Amino acid sequence: MSRTRSRAKAFAAVALAAALAVGCSSGGSSGPAAATGTQDSVDAALKAGGTITYWSWTPSAKDQVAAFEKEYPNVKVNYVNAGTNKDEYTKLQNAIKAGNGAPDVAQIEYYALPQFALTDSLVDLDHYGFGSFEKDYSASTWAQVKNSTGLYGLPQDSGPMALFYNKEVFDKNGIAVPKTWAEYVDAAKKLHAADPTKYLTSDTGDPGFALSMIWQAGGRPFSVDGKNVKINFADPGVKKWTANWDQLIQGKLLAPVKEWSDDWFRALGDGTISSLVTGAWMPGNFMSSVPGGSGKWAVAPMPTYDGQPVTAENGGSTQSVVKQSGNPALAAAFVRWLNHGNGVQPFIKSGGFPSTTADLTSPAFVDEAVPYFGGQKINQVLTQASKDVAKGWTYLPYQTYANSVFSDTVGKAYLNGTGLDAGLAAWQQALVDYGNQQGFTVSAG
Amino acid sequence: MKTQSVTRPRKSRTLTAVMALYLVYTLVPLVWLVINAAKTQPALFSTSGLSFGGTFALFDNIGQTFTYNNGIFFRWLGNTVLYVVVGAGGATILATAAGYGLAKYRFPGRRAVFAIVLGAVAVPTTALAVPTFLMFSKLGLTNTPLAVIIPSLISPFGLYLIWVYAADAIPDELLEAARIDGAGELRIFVTVTLRQLVPGIVTVALFTMVQTWNNYFLPLIMLSEPKWYPLTVGLNQWSAQANGAGAQPIFNLVLTGSLLTIIPLVVAFLLMQRFWQSGLSAGSVKQ
Repeated sequence: MSRTRSRAKAFAAVALAAALAVGCSSGGSSGPAAATGTQDSVDAALKAGGTITYWSWTPSAKDQVAAFEKEYPNVKVNYVNAGTNKDEYTKLQNAIKAGNGAPDVAQIEYYALPQFALTDSLVDLDHYGFGSFEKDYSASTWAQVKNSTGLYGLPQDSGPMALFYNKEVFDKNGIAVPKTWAEYVDAAKKLHAADPTKYLTSDTGDPGFALSMIWQAGGRPFSVDGKNVKINFADPGVKKWTANWDQLIQGKLLAPVKEWSDDWFRALGDGTISSLVTGAWMPGNFMSSVPGGSGKWAVAPMPTYDGQPVTAENGGSTQSVVKQSGNPALAAAFVRWLNHGNGVQPFIKSGGFPSTTADLTSPAFVDEAVPYFGGQKINQVLTQASKDVAKGWTYLPYQTYANSVFSDTVGKAYLNGTGLDAGLAAWQQALVDYGNQQGFTVSAG
Repeated sequence: MKTQSVTRPRKSRTLTAVMALYLVYTLVPLVWLVINAAKTQPALFSTSGLSFGGTFALFDNIGQTFTYNNGIFFRWLGNTVLYVVVGAGGATILATAAGYGLAKYRFPGRRAVFAIVLGAVAVPTTALAVPTFLMFSKLGLTNTPLAVIIPSLISPFGLYLIWVYAADAIPDELLEAARIDGAGELRIFVTVTLRQLVPGIVTVALFTMVQTWNNYFLPLIMLSEPKWYPLTVGLNQWSAQANGAGAQPIFNLVLTGSLLTIIPLVVAFLLMQRFWQSGLSAGSVKQ
């Protein structure tokens, strides 16, 4: 055996593992046309029974499905947690494209709803007479499930924004609860100067948060008319937010902590991060994951630019019936039960913030003194916030893609302090290009 | 310049320092994982990353990991083992047979195969995931174990490795001698070739095993039901529970689960290391 084994030697150096996760998909649409009818056909479908599949990641889904099956023993709901937000959307998009494998009912966040509605992948629930439920939901959530072409789900939770702040840290450092964004920036400076280990808030660059802040500031960067899309990240509302928020980024006044990480939960508990501007669904998270903050946190209205109350929605989901469903009437019946029937209470019990006016105005809910927040009646602030949501907001029909490239573009402004306007301009360019490739007619400005 | 003695090569301080740094760099995440897998969820939120969190909760965490959500972790572990044994095992067998065939037989179209295999090495499997999904959907195979196993059977890189290795490691004279002795081609492959190829086969087996064990994107899009998830996708779903409204963070179980997930890989490496190394040095010195 005189052959050299140099080749074999090279093997010893082979230690490769290349696995790049590049997620992408784009949607067409297919599937049978929806049956039309009134609520009668939904009731009939419930009587007849059958089997449907439900995709959701909400913690209350399991209990809700069990309660529903108990109430309607002839209906079997196959509950699947197919992944959280974008993982589920990727699967849903693929199943729709493939023409099979989609669930009958899917949980979809408000920001992702237009992209499924626009590709004609969801059943218009107006066909089942659900349009008459409009008065039962807060105006801001109804506006997110209904557009000019139809009604694409019933709202489940909502996230009108408010200011959550650590009263203990505020009092100790002589910080007054900021009412305007200018006061908020001053408070950030004052707190960090008084105690360099403390920050007023954290933001490492989150598309949902940025858009909600722009929404509140009066910016309307997206306008959509069928396949025609306009994107403008230079309108006065956007500028209002960027001018204000840049001060926090460039002044290094934001805690360098990634949202939803263990560090972040820790920072909320030990006072490192002393306030959060976020959706009304946050209290449940405080109670379950920030035990150290019990008795210290309180809730106030979201700061504004001129002192006049105005908020935006941050987060929230709907349940929609997928066009591929073999039994859309039964699927609609389940959606009706979930968000307009007995499914609502278990959802609220699990810490969700409701969209239904009956609950948003019920004294039991509104006047509840919450021990975690030192006995504050926080829902008074939060239900008021849901009334103050600014109108006329639109998401892109490819918002999940948009959010996925936020960190490549606007993320730079957070990293290098190069200014949010420049970051948003880069995002806008990326979104115009992508939209045009996807068959939309997209123009900037 | 001092002359070097043959038996004692000169020590390079720079190299030693660089390797030491590299060692720290590779081990820190592992150390972090071991330390933090032993913390309770509240301790994770109250102590810093590289310090011990008061109580030692590793066994508690392991217990919880195994029982959480009706013991779905075991199911995921079983799925992963299934995908690795059938997928990576099959990939190794196919790559070995094909690589040897391409290295040692002359047939028309060999160049075309060569080009296709080389091209396939260059295409990241992730890029093929969505088209593969659509194809499998037509066949009605999505959301079944086959949807993960069948694509895993194809390892162009493994095939290429065996090919290169076989071209060198198996002298043509050996095959001719076997043929003159009257052995059939299949028998030659099983009795003569395989033994010669062991180091290459072990390398490919390790490589495909790691790849399948860590496979994430393909199962993520192929499978919608958690009951078929491998560990990677399952743990990620646990991790995602910490996000957004109604979040239920179970970081302690994610960490413990991750620790348990890498143990089999470490064991596999330690076990297969011997074959691999002995094979590499065999025959490197002229007897």
